[in-house]
Amino acid sequence: MKYIDEYRDPALAKALLGRIMQAARALDRNISIMEVCGSHTQAIGRYGIRKMLPGNIRLISGPGCPVCVTSIHDVDVGIHLAGRMGVIFATFGDMLRVPGTAGNSLQKLRAQGADVRVVASPLDSITLAQEYPDKHVIFMGIGFETTSPTIGAMVMRARKLGITNVSVFSVHKVIPPAMQALINDPSIKIDGFLCPGHVSIIIGAAAYTFIAQAGKPAVITGFEPIDVLDGIRMILEQLVEQRPAVAIQYGRGVSPEGNAKARAVLEEVFTAMDAEWRGLGTIPGSGLAFKEVYHDFDTLKRFEVPEIRSAEVKGCACGDVLRGAIVPDECPLFGQVCTPVNPIGPCMVSGEGSCAAYYKYR
Amino acid sequence: MCIAFPGKIISIDADNFALIDIGGTRREVSLDLIDQDVTVGDYVIAHAGYALHKVDEEQAKEDLAFLQELIENEIY
Repeated sequence: MKYIDEYRDPALAKALLGRIMQAARALDRNISIMEVCGSHTQAIGRYGIRKMLPGNIRLISGPGCPVCVTSIHDVDVGIHLAGRMGVIFATFGDMLRVPGTAGNSLQKLRAQGADVRVVASPLDSITLAQEYPDKHVIFMGIGFETTSPTIGAMVMRARKLGITNVSVFSVHKVIPPAMQALINDPSIKIDGFLCPGHVSIIIGAAAYTFIAQAGKPAVITGFEPIDVLDGIRMILEQLVEQRPAVAIQYGRGVSPEGNAKARAVLEEVFTAMDAEWRGLGTIPGSGLAFKEVYHDFDTLKRFEVPEIRSAEVKGCACGDVLRGAIVPDECPLFGQVCTPVNPIGPCMVSGEGSCAAYYKYR
Repeated sequence: MCIAFPGKIISIDADNFALIDIGGTRREVSLDLIDQDVTVGDYVIAHAGYALHKVDEEQAKEDLAFLQELIENEIY
């Protein structure tokens, strides 16, 4: 496959590892690099990259798995909405098994008869709304800047087509404020960031300037093994040269200015709000709420949601894992009671959750 | 979840949807979000039913050539 096979070349990997070894020796101290994106976590596990690296280079996973960082209260609200009469609840597959309070989930609700559908694109919710005019389709809008423009564009299309029986329960989040929160947290020591390649398609390189200003390398990286090794090399070489900067490893996928048209869609439909992240708490300006002119597409404006008391699962350290404070196998539940077949926390549910990736590739 | 793949545009319809080929699998994606001019034969990175970016062929070649240089100057 073009643009994939050439980025899995073992000879290139070997050469990059040579450069990584050289830089690691020159640094002669422990270095922690955070991969922010869940798709990076998955690639690192799948290609065994963690084990290839020199002993003083540690990779830690960040808050880049959308279902993992969704607060348990938002999960509970989603489950409540999916159970309402006359509703078709559409969402991405990852969300289905995420446990809410008392082990409830969309999947369990579906088994009890709720109409929960897995879709591959928000556009599918328009098709569902057209197919079932007497039902209301709720799309659970989840994901970072890669995904949120697709939901914004879907809403604009629904309005253009005059479709009124569809709305979005938005739990979207934006990445830079979360990275800022991690930099501000003195208990977390990160020397450099592998920045998410596909989020950056939209937001561009300038969105990470604050990281370089904080003295840390920020390298926008692709998802094939050569990309990830090259991103690590670039971070280490910046550290050796003591010249932290925002750099693009994933040049074929990301332009420095990002995608202005997609950002204009976000600007048209959404406005920033404070959002609660699992593990990180409430981060100002890190969520997306509907602008007033799009309130007719906001599920929370169309349905009244009663007060729901949510409670985290006892013993689940997903929050600490998401902050990079611990690695998954330091959680007492990991691999014992919490496994991909019987996940206790969301980090074990999603294929790109750090716990699931650790378990699968350990 | 931000997974996205490069696919080759096979055709574009009047409603601004493109049929793309991702390693033999065909998918329909909207071109409403892409901010570059695209045409049949271009590669686009697609996610959740939308094309988000046209793959920069020149940049890809340049980056690979740079990596190739690393092999030629391998140091251990």
